[in-house]
Amino acid sequence: MIPEIGQFALTIALLLALTQATLPLIGASRGHRTWIALAVPTGQAQFVFVAIAFGCLAYSFITNDFSVLNVATNSNSQLPLHYRLAATWGSHEGSLLLWALMLALWTAAVSLFSRHLPEEMVARVLSVMGIISVGFLLFMLLTSNPFTRLFPVPIDGRDLNPLLQDPGMVVHPPMLYMGYVGFSVAFAFAIAALIGGRLDATWARWSRPWTTVAWMFLTCGIALGSFWAYYELGWGGWWFWDPVENASFMPWLIGTALIHSLAVTEKRGGFKSWTVLLAISAFSLSLLGTFLVRSGVLTSVHTFAADPKRGVFILAFLVLVIGGSLVLYAWRAKQVGLGGKFEVVSRESFLLSNNVLLAVAAGSVLLGTLYPLIVDALGMGKLSVGPPYFNLVFVPLMAPAIFLMGIGPLARWKKASLPDLVTRLRWAFVISVLSALALPFVFGQWQALVSLGLMLAIWIVTSAVVNLRERVRVTSGQLTTFQKLRMQSRSYYGMQLAHLGVAVFVVGVTMVTGYQLEQDVRMQPGDTVNAGGYEFKFNGTTNVVGPNYQAARAEIIVSRNGTEIERMHPEKRNYTARGDVMTETAIDSGLFRDLYVSLGEPVSGGAWSVRVYYKPFVGWIWGGALLMALGGGVALTDRRYALAARKEREARAVVKTPEVPAAVAASVQMEP
Amino acid sequence: MLRYLVPLGLFLVLVVFLAIGLGRDPHVIPSALINKAAPTFRLPQLKDPAKTFSAEDMRGKVWILNVWASWCVACRDEHPWLFEYARSGAVPIYGLNYKDQREDALAWLGELGDPYVLSAVDLDGRVAIDYGVYGAPESYVIDQNGTIRLKHVGPLTPDIWSQKVLPLVQDLNRQGVTK
Repeated sequence: MIPEIGQFALTIALLLALTQATLPLIGASRGHRTWIALAVPTGQAQFVFVAIAFGCLAYSFITNDFSVLNVATNSNSQLPLHYRLAATWGSHEGSLLLWALMLALWTAAVSLFSRHLPEEMVARVLSVMGIISVGFLLFMLLTSNPFTRLFPVPIDGRDLNPLLQDPGMVVHPPMLYMGYVGFSVAFAFAIAALIGGRLDATWARWSRPWTTVAWMFLTCGIALGSFWAYYELGWGGWWFWDPVENASFMPWLIGTALIHSLAVTEKRGGFKSWTVLLAISAFSLSLLGTFLVRSGVLTSVHTFAADPKRGVFILAFLVLVIGGSLVLYAWRAKQVGLGGKFEVVSRESFLLSNNVLLAVAAGSVLLGTLYPLIVDALGMGKLSVGPPYFNLVFVPLMAPAIFLMGIGPLARWKKASLPDLVTRLRWAFVISVLSALALPFVFGQWQALVSLGLMLAIWIVTSAVVNLRERVRVTSGQLTTFQKLRMQSRSYYGMQLAHLGVAVFVVGVTMVTGYQLEQDVRMQPGDTVNAGGYEFKFNGTTNVVGPNYQAARAEIIVSRNGTEIERMHPEKRNYTARGDVMTETAIDSGLFRDLYVSLGEPVSGGAWSVRVYYKPFVGWIWGGALLMALGGGVALTDRRYALAARKEREARAVVKTPEVPAAVAASVQMEP
Repeated sequence: MLRYLVPLGLFLVLVVFLAIGLGRDPHVIPSALINKAAPTFRLPQLKDPAKTFSAEDMRGKVWILNVWASWCVACRDEHPWLFEYARSGAVPIYGLNYKDQREDALAWLGELGDPYVLSAVDLDGRVAIDYGVYGAPESYVIDQNGTIRLKHVGPLTPDIWSQKVLPLVQDLNRQGVTK
């Protein structure tokens, strides 16, 4: 019964989405107030019904209803409760439902938090989101119904893919999808603005917080995914340039560019058509990512569900949504205008350079991801593009981008002076270069790339310090330095924090790439191996029985200079229902290094092949990503968003209720 | 203005490639060994290690070499179908037990049944390297002259069996008769 309710709720949600996608949009262009007014209630009701459908699927998983095909193939009665819940989105159908739920959630959020915006604008935004929702709900109902029943009912399920049986998998997909789908808001705002012909600073200010929130979720989602790959896959890597990872990374790169571009549009009215294009691209890449993952055109270690028939549907949908919006862009963009002029040396041009570098980086990731497909389509054979390509392309693109990060915040808008910038930043530069040249010797071995990476990281920090000092100096008033520091805006601190996150991230990547040590050895019980000054002693394995698996559990005693510091227990698990064998790594994390042990294969007579890694600063990679996301969060709390929202609300209240005397209205507006 | 059409143009090019890509199976990997002589080998048999099996023994017959292992999950999916193919009598199926422990392999066949005429034991995977094995399961159709005529990576699903393998095998057998 419950699954049927879920399916029924999905159908109702589709009908609501259809209404939401059409009537308010037409109403906004023809001036039908009642049609415009439909946008908010249909959007919110759609959310309620998608949530009901999602709840029904989750319920089927939690209660082990194996008469539902999706539950039977992705769950098992022995599976612990939190993984049964996570299994709801562990399958193709379930992850689509999660996608739809996230989209409905964003729709509801826009309808709640945009009360201060003009009604036609909100109506158009919600309609565009409705169009996307129609596509996904239809896709689900036509090709990937999560509620399909199975007869005869199996006694037990086939279990969730063991790779996904991990706490990280419980939170990673919702985070990632929140980010992915969140760009639909910026997209919808851009399309609504193109339709309405109103692209100005206000438009940028409206879409900026939404973009930032989506970007924060995406940042956290990607970081979690990378962390999951690090400890779950047992290879010790944190990024594989896998098509699915790339699919989430491309929107992130474009989203990062969009955040910066929106700043220029909001503050200087510039980059308008470029910003619109970025907003369209960020979400288009999210859709493309979904297509790549769900259609099976590319093989990947992540592709848990692939079906070319579904691909045709998504491709048609892509053509409609992306193609449609690019046609609209081509048609309307020239009316948008170019915005304020700026000199070659100015904050605008630094931001533009950064934007271009980020866009080119995203483009090259796209090319690398699709290259095998293109070559195959041209009949030139099969090949795969691996990390060497991406590393080769990425470092030369990101190094100048990161260098510009140090200069941009110090440059003036419109026109800056290069000699002036050089004077202000010379000490920061000298300190970064000298310490970057010297530091690698501290770690034992000088490497050019390590020096480069450290220089960029230190450069971000030193230039930020220069920037902060200057800011404090120009803040007037008889105040202590601390008070002056407190007077700087939240969005300024948010930016600096996010940039600091990049520095921390760069340190992590640089150090782990330059100095990680790896030992892949065959160990008898009692054998020892050394890595990074640590001694690892293998004490043999014991058999352990888990809820839905059996495991060989090794004990490895780690000691340094003869004193024991840690006992690590990596496992090799055999999941009973599917017969899958999984490696469960043991990691001893520290601020400056991780020790990482994973079991390979049993060799003979109690001996195992064991992989031992010493990974310096690896935690900084994810720490940096978290700082970036945190920076976004701090910037969101900036007072000006709240102030502007209040102003607009009051301005609209004034328009709606003309009986308020004009003088009062004016004083209310001027209050802040 | 033309430059505003550039993104649309790029996107349409991308769509063309994606559309072509949809019609192709990324799992199909061309083998350099198609229409070449099957690499020779002589390996001990799984059920009777005293006896050996060689590709040479199969001269004059069309046969299928199926690479499997007890640790291979997809092999478990493929297994019931292999029974049906073997029962149809269209072509004998020989197993190549790939990088497996003897006890595990025997236990696996004991549990699920044995569709193979016999299985050869490729303990260290040397023969699999010669055959360019990409992963288990994998199947090769080898003709009367010892030439590889088809390689399939992944489970031999009923679709692939009826559309690719069976027509080829019947064709080869007919040619053999007329020769």
